[in-house]
Amino acid sequence: MQSSFSLSFAPNSSLAAPSPRSRPGGEPSPSAPISLRFCGLRREALGFTPLKQSTSRHVRVPGGRCGGGKVSASLSDNGSTPKSFDYDLVIIGAGVGGHGAALHAVEKGLKTAIIEGDVVGGTCVNRGCVPSKALLAVSGRMRELQSDHHLKALGLQVAAASYDRQGVADHANNLASKIRSNLTNSMKAIGVDILTGVGTILGPQKVKYGKVGVTDNVITAKDIIIATGSVPFVPKGIEVDGKTVITSDHALKLESVPDWIAIVGSGYIGLEFSDVYTALGSEVTFIEALDQLMPGFDPEIGKLAQRVLINPRKIDYHTGVFATKITPAKDGKPVVIELIDAKTKEPKDTLEVDAALIATGRAPFTKGLGLENIKVETQRGFVPVDERMRVIDANGNLVPHLYCIGDANGKMMLAHAASAQGISVVEQVTGKDHVLNHLSIPAACFTHPEISMVGLTEPQAREKAQKEGFEVSVAKTSFKANTKALAENEGEGLAKMIYRPDSGEILGVHIFGLHAADLIHEASNAIALGTSINDIKFAVHAHPTLSEVLDELFKSAKVNHPVTSSVSEPVAV
Amino acid sequence: MASSLLSPSSATANPASTISFSSSLSTPLPWRPSSAFPRRSGGRRSLSVQSKIREIFMPALSSTMTEGKIVSWVKSEGDILSKGESVVVVESDKADMDVETFYDGILAAIVVPEGESAPVGAPIGLLAETEDEVAEAKAKAAAKSGSSSSSPSSPPASLAAEAPAVTSNPAPAIAQPPPKPTAPADGPRKIVATPYAKKLAKQHKVDINKVAGTGPYGRITPADVEAAAGIQPSKPAVTVTSAPAVAAEAAPAAAGPAKSAAPAPPPLPGSTVVPFTTMQAAVSKNMLESLSVPSFRVGYPVTTDALDALYEKVKPKGVTMTALLAKAAAMALVQHPVVNASCKYGKSFTYNSNINIAVAVAINGGLITPVLQDADKLDLYLLSQKWKELVEKARSKQLQPHEYNSGTFTLSNLGMFGVDRFDAILPPGQGAIMAVGASKPTVLADADGFFTVKSKMLVNVTADHRIVYGADLAAFLQTFSKIVENPESLTL
Repeated sequence: MQSSFSLSFAPNSSLAAPSPRSRPGGEPSPSAPISLRFCGLRREALGFTPLKQSTSRHVRVPGGRCGGGKVSASLSDNGSTPKSFDYDLVIIGAGVGGHGAALHAVEKGLKTAIIEGDVVGGTCVNRGCVPSKALLAVSGRMRELQSDHHLKALGLQVAAASYDRQGVADHANNLASKIRSNLTNSMKAIGVDILTGVGTILGPQKVKYGKVGVTDNVITAKDIIIATGSVPFVPKGIEVDGKTVITSDHALKLESVPDWIAIVGSGYIGLEFSDVYTALGSEVTFIEALDQLMPGFDPEIGKLAQRVLINPRKIDYHTGVFATKITPAKDGKPVVIELIDAKTKEPKDTLEVDAALIATGRAPFTKGLGLENIKVETQRGFVPVDERMRVIDANGNLVPHLYCIGDANGKMMLAHAASAQGISVVEQVTGKDHVLNHLSIPAACFTHPEISMVGLTEPQAREKAQKEGFEVSVAKTSFKANTKALAENEGEGLAKMIYRPDSGEILGVHIFGLHAADLIHEASNAIALGTSINDIKFAVHAHPTLSEVLDELFKSAKVNHPVTSSVSEPVAV
Repeated sequence: MASSLLSPSSATANPASTISFSSSLSTPLPWRPSSAFPRRSGGRRSLSVQSKIREIFMPALSSTMTEGKIVSWVKSEGDILSKGESVVVVESDKADMDVETFYDGILAAIVVPEGESAPVGAPIGLLAETEDEVAEAKAKAAAKSGSSSSSPSSPPASLAAEAPAVTSNPAPAIAQPPPKPTAPADGPRKIVATPYAKKLAKQHKVDINKVAGTGPYGRITPADVEAAAGIQPSKPAVTVTSAPAVAAEAAPAAAGPAKSAAPAPPPLPGSTVVPFTTMQAAVSKNMLESLSVPSFRVGYPVTTDALDALYEKVKPKGVTMTALLAKAAAMALVQHPVVNASCKYGKSFTYNSNINIAVAVAINGGLITPVLQDADKLDLYLLSQKWKELVEKARSKQLQPHEYNSGTFTLSNLGMFGVDRFDAILPPGQGAIMAVGASKPTVLADADGFFTVKSKMLVNVTADHRIVYGADLAAFLQTFSKIVENPESLTL
């Protein structure tokens, strides 16, 4: 991709460098202040395309690159197809990934449109992280109010806490609407065109969108980003009725609080919902296909989390089993779940519960995207991409001008990862090579207390270390030693760092404890910026704060200073 | 429970006859005689340690540690353990640490339960190799816990804590309990129990197979298990415990010296709605609870001339009327223990070993009952002094829970307002409450037709008729009356 931007244009050499006349479509408009073009106020250029088809070349000056004096154009345009595009960038899918990309694109001076077939905000805002945080805010408070022991230790007395289900559900719904309108407004305000309809790729740089029964609109764009996200994954044999057998989409509406709910899957989604449901009085049974709960978390963190989040609560679990068949409650019968052993496939047990939440992960939503038109084959539904999010076709070749970010590519199914990938793509299409370091992307699970992590888990780090032949050390600190945590009477928690003692490089940080989700960023930033422990350990933290947990963590790491080795040299001599 | 699962794993158990648990990683502490049998040398108690039952000791997690607290048992009795799994979490001065087993087996018995402490080296649990030895181990554990768990610490042989938390422990298998032994019952009668019901059953050692389920679809609910275990249904903790056990008292008492009017405002236009304070909410709740108790009242006139005379004498020494009455009631209760009893769950008498007189006091718009503990045993002066302290504490809201919720009998006195008689509401958990009116000069005619004027006060006792019957209460009042009429004994 990089090459396509570095085209020089001999015939128009007069345009080179900071010339204001390099406006796409050749709109000279000498009256326009220079600053305008450079700031990329693309709205001004909206009408140019039909008028200026005759322009021999499409030359663009992306705002971000003007300073460098280069003008870029797309290779394919050069000399061959004399045409201009409706948009510089079209994003299919207005979720958090698409939104992040759109904002950054405008900042970089691209004329941007975003196509959304459903509601702006995507899964995160409407059916995911956002409404679930509203429910978790309620569950956290309920937990505090119900924790007699805890309150007493603080000298508080609270009479019976209770909740109004509809009120809780409304809070989640209102939050989603609010964030949705914030998101919509933030894009409209900077001039992103929000096009309504289902987007389909027709061919290179060409997309159609439209609703059922309405004529499709076809638009062209220099670059296209697929950001269509994902939907809850429901394994075969499970019948979702939306009432007693539900996915997170339904659960977030909180239409009922069952007495006993089985949660299939003990990842982030399942864990967060177990936190919500148990706080609201439900009993929970986890069904996990792997041999342990919370797969994917650092084992030590998982162990501690299980001790705090599972064992003392009204939760039991079946591990190493698949739910092969789940029948919704009907005709006076409860929800029936048939379990088989995950290894032997032998029938193992049958559960009868009031409801079942399917939290077995998410499947990419890539149907109807028209990928066949550009010879791209999905892999288990995911769009194959390289490390720069460039889409790879069935023959293993890169599809020019087509990118895929977020859940649809399956690299890291997190809202902020999608956004980061989108920003990375925009950086690339505006001429700056950028590869996102996924190991610096933090993740968090908003249970009470929270779990957060960035980078490698300890087993992953040790495996990598063995392969690459370096040493790995682990440092840990407890929330028990933190003043602020003790003041809150929330001493339960652990922060753990996996690092290289030779270089001081941080490989991973895992936190379980009060406000872990907010604490992780010091570590993720350090990883993203390549900060060594030797440097960060001298950074000062306000006292008393929870951040001191990380301060302690960095300080407790034993890094072999290069100084030590140089000191030893003279001894050797 | 998981009987079918047990045998295979126990077959693989290590036959070596060490008692020890040993950490997979920890560097051997200097004092640890590796796998010796320190217990055998002692010969104290018949700890006939056989090869098949191993003791789990309290580990020394640091050089300074002499005693450890069990934070939680990761495993429950009956769970199958495999090498390297966490069994118990022990609190040290720095952090909680997992203690792992070095052997396969079955956790047969927990000797030191969660939340309790044991000296380093003391046995905290027993590990049986096979199912057959579980019972034996249990018997042993029972004997052990009977003879107090604080046995002198013999040199701990072989316990195993995960190395101090600072260094990580990569090797041991991540402790994941084996899949729950919800054995797939193949019979037609399938036991369905909710997660919490199962937890409770384990905790209270109730055989879940014998519990009758009353929940939806015949499932066993936590309430069923609690009923089977004969324990109090656990309500949401907040409602029960955080409310101060406040006097159940007739509303007039609160209205007395209280500044703000506590009673619910009438729904009239222009009325102000003032939400309950915590204390008021607790009063309200206790009052409602009293409705489930069948109570009755017995009144008795008591001549107080002698008491009044005594009061005048001891008043300069700081004795209050409250102390006198409490003492008198306590002394009467000694002779009538049933009035000092309480009725638990409508099934039994609970005779309280102490006589703790709760005295209702209206304070700051609320109502609280500071308790004069062992009122029968303390002398009048100590009692009076104690009472002053309690009132001071109540005013400054510093009463400790045991100072207001340990009452076995309540005294409420509105005599100082000139109330001649009133009727008190029985506080939850108590058998009787005494309402004392004002002492007033009354014209009496004796058997010979002579009129005299004596001070009389009307005492009205409300009691729980499930345990206290009319005759009991009458006899108690008679005794009380005699004590008050001959109050010399109060000063003894």
